[in-house]
Amino acid sequence: MTIDDGVRRLPTQEITTHTDSREILANAARDTERYGLDDYFIVDVDSHHVELDSWPEILEFLESPVLKDTAHQMMRNWPQASHLALHNHPPGLTMQDVSGRIPHQASLAEETPGAASGAERDVTLVRRAMDAMSIDLQVVFPQPMLETGLHPQPQVASALLQAYNRWFTSQVLPREPRVKTMLGLPFEDPDACLATVEEFADHPGVIGFLVTSQRHAGVHRNAYMPLYRMLEERGLPIGFHAGPNQADSMTSTMNRFLSAHAMSFVTCNMTHMTNWVINGIPERFPGLKTIWIESGLAWVPFMMQRLDHEYYMRQSDAPLLTKPPSHYMREMYYTSQPMEWTDDALLEATLRAIDAPNTLMYSSDWPHWDFDVPGRIASLPFLDDHAKRNILGETARKVFGL
Amino acid sequence: MTTTLDGSTGAGGSAPAARTYDVGASDEVAERGRLVVTLGHGTDAVTVGVFRFRDRLYAYENVCAHQGGPACQGRIVSRVRERLDDAQRSLGLVFDDSEMHIVCPWHGFEYDVTTGRHPGRPDYALRPVTVAEEGGRVRVTV
Repeated sequence: MTIDDGVRRLPTQEITTHTDSREILANAARDTERYGLDDYFIVDVDSHHVELDSWPEILEFLESPVLKDTAHQMMRNWPQASHLALHNHPPGLTMQDVSGRIPHQASLAEETPGAASGAERDVTLVRRAMDAMSIDLQVVFPQPMLETGLHPQPQVASALLQAYNRWFTSQVLPREPRVKTMLGLPFEDPDACLATVEEFADHPGVIGFLVTSQRHAGVHRNAYMPLYRMLEERGLPIGFHAGPNQADSMTSTMNRFLSAHAMSFVTCNMTHMTNWVINGIPERFPGLKTIWIESGLAWVPFMMQRLDHEYYMRQSDAPLLTKPPSHYMREMYYTSQPMEWTDDALLEATLRAIDAPNTLMYSSDWPHWDFDVPGRIASLPFLDDHAKRNILGETARKVFGL
Repeated sequence: MTTTLDGSTGAGGSAPAARTYDVGASDEVAERGRLVVTLGHGTDAVTVGVFRFRDRLYAYENVCAHQGGPACQGRIVSRVRERLDDAQRSLGLVFDDSEMHIVCPWHGFEYDVTTGRHPGRPDYALRPVTVAEEGGRVRVTV
């Protein structure tokens, strides 16, 4: 007895960390065909590469000989530090892959023949993901470096960001024009933020700058006004990228990654949004394009209602405002992932509240455990084709001048 | 009816006539194991996972009800439960080996292999496929 003609056993019976991205994402091709995604201009405004895979290469870009020596000694002497030196990688992050149930979160350990450096390998992996999901351009961010705002030594965090930014702009961006980025700002040091914008703003592929949101700085502090002015004058968006924190005053009570992730990825941006709006930053810099990244969307109508309600009673607490907080929020931009899809009626109301056809930009967050394929947007039953095209890429084209 | 979150029902209006395929020998699907096969060619091709649990076979299309991920190619793992004592105090997490889950590797959606349904939202379900065992051979009908 033999198996029938027309039967093909999949070479990969179980997907693991070693499976090729193109094979992991093969089912996305069903959406491409079903929704005609090849006919859409698709920009993914939030995706990631694993900078720790290239960490020794990145550390070579440290400017300070003292800090570089510290890194070398750590990598040489500490058994687990070869790809972690100077980093504040929080141990809870290793819970993200749900005990191996979502392998791509833990590692993309696939073969990349011919890739001679971490940068080449990253570009190969990004191309594979873009092609598998019919994405035209991808904004790529690091991963654990989103935690730099919690680094115990802010000056080390600033030095690491500078090294990373120099590595990414010199080694990754020149290899693939479809890769774009918003570079992380050393936000603890306002002067260094200005220097970062000056150094990189004109680099091809740099389309904005980023504040990693897990930090305890008030974004309304006077020291940041020159930064906002500089970005506004240059027409460059500022993004706030959420991150996890299992050790803040609330999440430290939580015993499950699900709980801490569900809360902390949102509360960090809720905090910054509140300071941003109530202190009238949009009134001070009306031309500054502001993007809220990776907090999902359900929090936005909650905050609109909450802040409007309190503003009407306490207008003197927010004297710079000339209209309710929700109006400013509706003029900002939001990335879509992780889009809360569990209730169509609530999601439809959320998209209406934020004026999604004009403010929402698709993001995958690949290769994270809660990534969204473009079909997530294309399948929404209550959006017309114009709105879908805007969300999938046309709004990003306008915001970033692509 | 099988529900998917992306709006499809898994039962297209102009589906080709059903065909039964011999996909392999019975001993190629071990207890708590699987065999993932693509059946047919071109646009009519269907990828199916065949699983064995407590010596019975189950088969589902390799498309997660969530975002369409390859649900049959993920981890096979017992359901996790939390034990409580008589006072409702937690005694921690345990595997329940009486329930076998298949896990979509895209986002971790888990399905009871005997029903194809998510344990917390049973209307989120994989599309079941007819599978039979006869004369030491496994046959799948799509």
